[in-house]
Amino acid sequence: MVELTINDIKVKAEEGMTILDAAKSVGIYIPTLCHMKDLFPTGACRICVVEVDGMRGLTPSCAYPVMEGMKVQTNSPRVRIARKTIIELLVENHPQDCLICVRNKNCELQDLSEKYSIREHRYVGVKKDHAIDISSASMERDPAKCILCGRCARTCSEIQKIGAIDFTNRGFASNVTTPYNKGLNVSDCILCGQCILVCPTAALREKSHAKEVMNAIADKSKYTIAQIAPAVRATLGEEYNLPLGANVTGQIITGLKRLGFNKVFDTNFAADLTIIEEANELVSRVANGGTLPMFTSCCPGWVKYIEQNRPELLDNVSSCKSPHEMEGAILKTYYAKKMGLKPENIYVVSIMPCTVKKYESDRPELTEEHKADVDAVLTTRELVRLFKMAGIDFNELPENEFDNPLGESTGAAAIFGTSGGVMEAALRTAYKIITSKELEKLEFSDIRGNSGIKGSTININGMDVNVAVVNGIGNVKPILDEVEQGNSKYHFIEVMACPGGCINGGGQPIHQKTEKIKKRVQALYDIDVNMKNRRSHENESVKKLYKEFLGEPNGHLSHELLHTTYINRKKILEEA
Amino acid sequence: MHSHIFEKYPKFERSNLIPILQDIQDVYGYLPEKSLKEISNHLCIPLSSVYGVATFYNQFRLTPLGKNIIRVCRGTACHVKNSANILIALENELGICAGQTTRDKLFTLETVACIGACSIAPVININDEYYGRVSIKEISKIISKYKKEESIKQEKEIQVSAE
Repeated sequence: MVELTINDIKVKAEEGMTILDAAKSVGIYIPTLCHMKDLFPTGACRICVVEVDGMRGLTPSCAYPVMEGMKVQTNSPRVRIARKTIIELLVENHPQDCLICVRNKNCELQDLSEKYSIREHRYVGVKKDHAIDISSASMERDPAKCILCGRCARTCSEIQKIGAIDFTNRGFASNVTTPYNKGLNVSDCILCGQCILVCPTAALREKSHAKEVMNAIADKSKYTIAQIAPAVRATLGEEYNLPLGANVTGQIITGLKRLGFNKVFDTNFAADLTIIEEANELVSRVANGGTLPMFTSCCPGWVKYIEQNRPELLDNVSSCKSPHEMEGAILKTYYAKKMGLKPENIYVVSIMPCTVKKYESDRPELTEEHKADVDAVLTTRELVRLFKMAGIDFNELPENEFDNPLGESTGAAAIFGTSGGVMEAALRTAYKIITSKELEKLEFSDIRGNSGIKGSTININGMDVNVAVVNGIGNVKPILDEVEQGNSKYHFIEVMACPGGCINGGGQPIHQKTEKIKKRVQALYDIDVNMKNRRSHENESVKKLYKEFLGEPNGHLSHELLHTTYINRKKILEEA
Repeated sequence: MHSHIFEKYPKFERSNLIPILQDIQDVYGYLPEKSLKEISNHLCIPLSSVYGVATFYNQFRLTPLGKNIIRVCRGTACHVKNSANILIALENELGICAGQTTRDKLFTLETVACIGACSIAPVININDEYYGRVSIKEISKIISKYKKEESIKQEKEIQVSAE
């Protein structure tokens, strides 16, 4: 332990701790911009500078360790002037269109400008001018708003290990961009949106589908249907200052009805359907000597990754569509027939925690007779904006139930939103398919939690089934290398591109705190525990769907509607 | 493509990035996009980072050089002697901006901080030749001289190949 004084307060800190963390432990706030928890400090932005007795210049507190007897001032005039100047320079090289900015009132630069009472334009000069990159189906990049903190580039290369964007050029021309400043659509980007979550301004943002959705609702010839992903219900409350992990399913349903949707269904229904298809596919691959290990295919970011980087392993990916696409396919076939609707008049909107789903809904493979399974995708953040525009007071909304028949779901579907959830749900059903008996202990603690790669072995009918869960695309490379070399011991591998799973997806409310994720995950596990049915094959509506329409899992119609194909994107990118 | 260069540097060794970039530039006179991709694969560094380093340092070029390199001195003495307008005149004459190469790959226009010939300011330098106390009027005459040289050279080549 080290003892030091910060602003005349005696502080005991652990050795190796930074001044920033020590100050935080006694309630002293120091602003940061480039700082990222758990990553090596860069000390680039200098907004966190403090004055240390006996040191010549100001010290970046995010990078400097505490020392015995150190005397630190975090709020001296010199510090304030330095910080204020940095903010003024950043503000003056910024478009300053806060009033019409998507991050208005949720912007770190705006916050700092307000906190340090910037009241005049002291510096006038040339502003950088960059075109907005709207090439990708999911995201927009607006480098004019970039303050060059580098958090997006570090998230992309150090956490996700993709490195689609990085700093280019130098001095005034510095810019965070793709190689050769090409569009994101022809870069290595998988559109996971983790960079959006760390961007302090609106330099990175989702491509909004809000206008299309509102137009479809207003169009009386369209039958609009919304579906909600498992991870959205545990996070949307954060935007309304509800406690972390509050389950607001009932309110979201009411809100969507008030927005004007004809029906509100649950993506969890299709998650149960996915599990039945996927578990059957796995069992048949094991029984018939198919390509193993099998990878899950629920995460479109992961699918895009493997298409771009390891197309030779595409046979290992399950051919199942992701749940919301399955739901869309069923809505435009089974449900349309049942309700006497024309499929072309049905407009399906998915409410997703994800940015890649926007791109996924555009994929030509995911259509039924040239009609997209899903017409538009809204992220959690976009839905909140729509609620606000429509004058919906979320906190006062009564709870409501999902419409049926595509509203019923089990606990297994609820945990799809977290890393390890798809695996757990699939094992519950695979066990039943193989042994015809029900699994007694439903929780698999080995594949829960926050580690990068989680492995487990389950004995089913005397056969050891090895499974792995990859939590975050940055951890997938060693697993893929093993599979490529043919010495992988695993049978079934779940991959989620975002660390933590969909619950921390690129479309979720923007936050900078990792402890939030734990509570969000707990909310999903709570939904699972409190469900009457906790195994996908117990979903009565899904059973009915097979009986009335699909026939059998992995049957002919299933293959036509619920399964898809992949393409080699490595070739496309090489030619771009 | 240039295996002899890559052989010198072990795979996945990030610290070799700049030496490899220099070697590649020695071969081509610039850094082709294809080579950057190869370097990215060889060292296991994302292409965006390789591109970032290549654009950070002034010594690296991403476009091929023209046959004639025109350097306009933008040092203090030349600035006082109107070098800003000399540069504009050259840009107009060639139809390119400083740092660019003409479409026919004949000229590359660059600015330099100080050539070290302040006594004859304003100075421009084309290949090995220095032009002191240049005026805007002379610019087109100087440029056409190089264009003429090039066309004579081409005619000769045609004759040689015809023989």
